[in-house]
Amino acid sequence: MSLVDIRGLAVRAGGRQILHDVAFAIEPGEIVTVVGPNGSGKSTLLRSIVGAVRPTAGLVALKPGLRIGYVPQKLHIDPTLPITVRRFLGLPHPVSDDEAQMALTEAGAGDLGTRQMADLSGGQFQRVLLARALLARPDLLILDEATQGMDQPGSAEFYRQIEKVRTELGCAVLMVSHELHVVMAASDRVICLNGHICCEGAPEHVASAPEYRALFGTGTRGALALYRHEHTHSHDHGHDHDHAHGHHDHEHAE
Amino acid sequence: MSFLDSFLARATLAGIGTALAAAPLGCFVVWRRMAYFGDATAHASILGVALALTFDVPVFGGVLLAALVMATSVSVLAGRGFAMDTLLGVMAHSALAFGLVAVSFLDGVRIDLMAYLFGDILAVGRVDLALIWGGAVLVLGLMWWRWSAILTATLNPDLAHAAGIDPRREQMVLTVALAIVVAVAIKVVGVLLIVALLLVPAAAARPFARTPEGMALVAAGMGVASAAGGMQFAYLLDTPTGPTIVCVAAILFAITSTGDLLRRRLFR
Repeated sequence: MSLVDIRGLAVRAGGRQILHDVAFAIEPGEIVTVVGPNGSGKSTLLRSIVGAVRPTAGLVALKPGLRIGYVPQKLHIDPTLPITVRRFLGLPHPVSDDEAQMALTEAGAGDLGTRQMADLSGGQFQRVLLARALLARPDLLILDEATQGMDQPGSAEFYRQIEKVRTELGCAVLMVSHELHVVMAASDRVICLNGHICCEGAPEHVASAPEYRALFGTGTRGALALYRHEHTHSHDHGHDHDHAHGHHDHEHAE
Repeated sequence: MSFLDSFLARATLAGIGTALAAAPLGCFVVWRRMAYFGDATAHASILGVALALTFDVPVFGGVLLAALVMATSVSVLAGRGFAMDTLLGVMAHSALAFGLVAVSFLDGVRIDLMAYLFGDILAVGRVDLALIWGGAVLVLGLMWWRWSAILTATLNPDLAHAAGIDPRREQMVLTVALAIVVAVAIKVVGVLLIVALLLVPAAAARPFARTPEGMALVAAGMGVASAAGGMQFAYLLDTPTGPTIVCVAAILFAITSTGDLLRRRLFR
């Protein structure tokens, strides 16, 4: 059975039809990326799977006992609220020190345990959120614009971590991103959303679909080619992210 | 003659009980920016006093009911057209005004309005003391039981949903706890200063804390110190007790936050 099976999903909020006739399924172990313009309902789709948004019509069926790890779009921690990374990981369910350290290491944030959440950089913060999501030993990892506020090499590195996590834990990944080129290169399947599903399929297929071009213009038409161009560019300048880029070169060669 | 025969002992115990209950709740009031919400609930309680006296029911019950109704209606109205601070400002001050007007209709009943606005801790009797400590234990129990869930919902409602926690239910728990604290604290510091008792110790505790639990514990210490110290000062200086307790808390806040500021300047 699919991890998530969505049929005829419609969500209305604030007098606006945000989603309609959305249907798709997520299979174990696959990386699915949702792309779409602002206000196209990407976050709403993710939040309806998590249970934070109630559908006005349709069905969101989760596999019984499905464990979801959720990384929200934005998490603002009020500066009046003191909380260490270690304590944050134990919310709402307490975890052992070993578990916490293992999750942090898996998320590439191994040395952050004693830091205050408020003192973390954008990238470190997202890694801690990822670590917390991993503590649930998820069958499905849901990430909503997880690389917001990170620079290009930082987000490329973050998505590499996601792929690694997927390989190690075997969990499926559903994510939303604006960074089309980076994300599409890392996905098994791309869903192009604009209130409904415009087109879906393998990244190469979606990037060349007319519906996708209509939404994103010709500028990103060759999303994958653009991506390839950009990393060659930084490579030429002897940037210190050779390793990350080399890795992606490899991914592309595959 | 037992310890509780002394009005000073009863007053001190009443202050300490209230401060203990206010500490963890006060932290949430600070973190969730609910100060106005607290004000609205507290101000509504003067209406509760008037109603309780009119219908000859215990003041504690009337206050609890009025505070609950107010807090619930604010929760329900929130996010339906008005900005939250406008809505709360309207509700808080209207409740206070209606309460004051309602109290003026009560002829025949001699009511000392000042006692309800600023508290009358020295008049705390054994029954009051039992109610205050009963309420305090109830609030502390609620906080202990729901702590992780409320904290998760405070950090992010979606995160709570994903963990199977309903943020609205946790909001209701806080609302009920707030109503109980208001009902308990009205005798101690009065309607106008209840929110100070929630906010000030928690704010004073912030610089010392590295975890939410740590902040709640330090806030409890600050609150107890303010209550006990305020009682002593009020006795020595012959000043009104409720405001004196809040003054001690405010001085503690000034000391800790100035200290924190200096520490940051010097060591960073």
